[in-house]
Amino acid sequence: MRSKPVQLAIAGVLFVGVGVLVAVFTLALALLGEPDDNVTALTAGKLVIALFALLTLITTLGISLVWLERKQLGRMQGRVGPTRVGPFGLLQVVADGIKLLMKEDVSPSSSSKAIFYVAPLLVFVPSFVVWLTIPLSEDLVVRSLDLGVFFFIAVSVLSIVGLILAGWSSNSKYAILGGFRSAAQLVSYEIPLILGVLSVVMVADSMRFTDVVNAQATVPYIALLPLAFVVFFISGLAEVGRTPFDIYFAESEVVGGPFVEYSGAHWAIFFLAEYVNTFVVAALGALLFLGGWVWPFGDLGQVPSVAIFLGKTYFLAVVIFWVRATLPRLRIDQLMNVGWRLLIPLGFASVILIAVQRFYGWPTWTLTLMSLAALVVAAWVQMRMQRKDAVATAQRYAQRAVEVQPSRRRPGPESQQA
Amino acid sequence: MGLALFYAAAFLTLLASFGVVATRNIVHAALFLLAALAGVAGLFVLLYAEFLALVQLLIYGGAIIIVILFALMLTRSGEYEGETETRRRPFAAVAAALLFGLMTAVFVADAEQFNTNTRQAIPFRTLAEDLFAAWAVPFEIASLVLLVALIGAVVIGRAGREEDETLPEDDEPDDAEGPVRRGSRRRAERRRRGV
Repeated sequence: MRSKPVQLAIAGVLFVGVGVLVAVFTLALALLGEPDDNVTALTAGKLVIALFALLTLITTLGISLVWLERKQLGRMQGRVGPTRVGPFGLLQVVADGIKLLMKEDVSPSSSSKAIFYVAPLLVFVPSFVVWLTIPLSEDLVVRSLDLGVFFFIAVSVLSIVGLILAGWSSNSKYAILGGFRSAAQLVSYEIPLILGVLSVVMVADSMRFTDVVNAQATVPYIALLPLAFVVFFISGLAEVGRTPFDIYFAESEVVGGPFVEYSGAHWAIFFLAEYVNTFVVAALGALLFLGGWVWPFGDLGQVPSVAIFLGKTYFLAVVIFWVRATLPRLRIDQLMNVGWRLLIPLGFASVILIAVQRFYGWPTWTLTLMSLAALVVAAWVQMRMQRKDAVATAQRYAQRAVEVQPSRRRPGPESQQA
Repeated sequence: MGLALFYAAAFLTLLASFGVVATRNIVHAALFLLAALAGVAGLFVLLYAEFLALVQLLIYGGAIIIVILFALMLTRSGEYEGETETRRRPFAAVAAALLFGLMTAVFVADAEQFNTNTRQAIPFRTLAEDLFAAWAVPFEIASLVLLVALIGAVVIGRAGREEDETLPEDDEPDDAEGPVRRGSRRRAERRRRGV
């Protein structure tokens, strides 16, 4: 074990290194496509300001989600939620944030300090960097990248590394179990998520978010690709660890998972990242499937396009919280079954259906029919499988009840005779 | 500005690569490797190879580093503590120096071939057409190799599962079971036969 100053020095170097790396990478990506002459200190400065504005914006949006969730869960469970701080309890989250920042930042004495303090950064930074290319409206975007959708997928994967490192560096068994669970869950659900997004990209013929949205001017893709939307939405829930997929920080099993040893500001970073990620999934659902800032049913007049987009996003967020209030948590083997046996085949089915439709040039409405048919077949197969499983389990338990009972009795005179 | 970014990314890549081999802590090494790979992705970006950069981030940063970390954490790293203290170090140094010299020589000798003046972005669509039309066969061969590796991993994993049978039988019936596990079904059968 090294002495404390050395460890802190390593932590500092790693911290600064990761920060510089992120800054370089972000700037490089953001400046991409500009001719060298245009890339001056001025444009870079503008970009930095834009990024700070974006950071403030998404932090506020994330915090608004916390309030929304508490209020909504309260109402759905017959409570009223926060009411004390500010009107309708709006400032409760701010008060909580101040409390968290003022708390002592404790770390386990046997933890690996350097990684312990870098891990929250590795979780939060990707969830922030993806906003670089997510447009709030036609013009309101930091950089409209040609590969925008792919950029989101590639960058968001990095947060898994942060989670697994947070679990490992805490040197606690619950934390490392949570870390492993998060890695297994997020890597598994990355595949259906990508397949769902890929379906949209195939139909829209572009990876640029603005193109994808503008292609939905008449019909939002949720009408064309219900199958892809189901796959995307469920795996999106799993990606951000919302109930029923909050396996890796399940309080009753791993008492908070990778975050169990974190406190104060570092825990707050994880918490914020979780809500920002929830907002990202809702925003992506709105952009890719609900038509973003486009309103297909007639002219809305003076409503700004940002409001339409945010309205759709908050609608999806409400659905996410609704699911949370309704469904119990899955068991970990059920989680894996849903991912590998249900969502991945469905995702591939969606991609293949679209490929066939596009290759033969069938009219687009056939996509809706084929998607719905696939969904119905999948639901039927799933119900049959669950029925079979349930029957088998019931039979096994019945049999065991007959067999196990005698051996469970205390050894008495009769059993000695036998 | 582009040049400054290049030097920043290159410096970071080199520093992180040095960190990979210099640190004793194997998880720190994995983290440094992630930084190095991300630095390379940054270099790709500066060469206008945007797609390649993102793939680098997704495959290496996402998948490979996670698998490495998984493997590191499931093995006991303490067993390999003194593993680097071998007499073969000088040979390794010589081999590394030779390789470095060879690569430098090749790059210097062929310097005229490299286009150092203009950077050109290749449209994503062109890349896709090249990959799936002109180079479809090598692409398919590569995916075949990956498929074989995948099946091989499954076969090896399942072969290990067969040894469950030799495990000592537990007396208590295990409650809370997921979908029927093969081992437990076999155990139940044995119990029925009264073994």
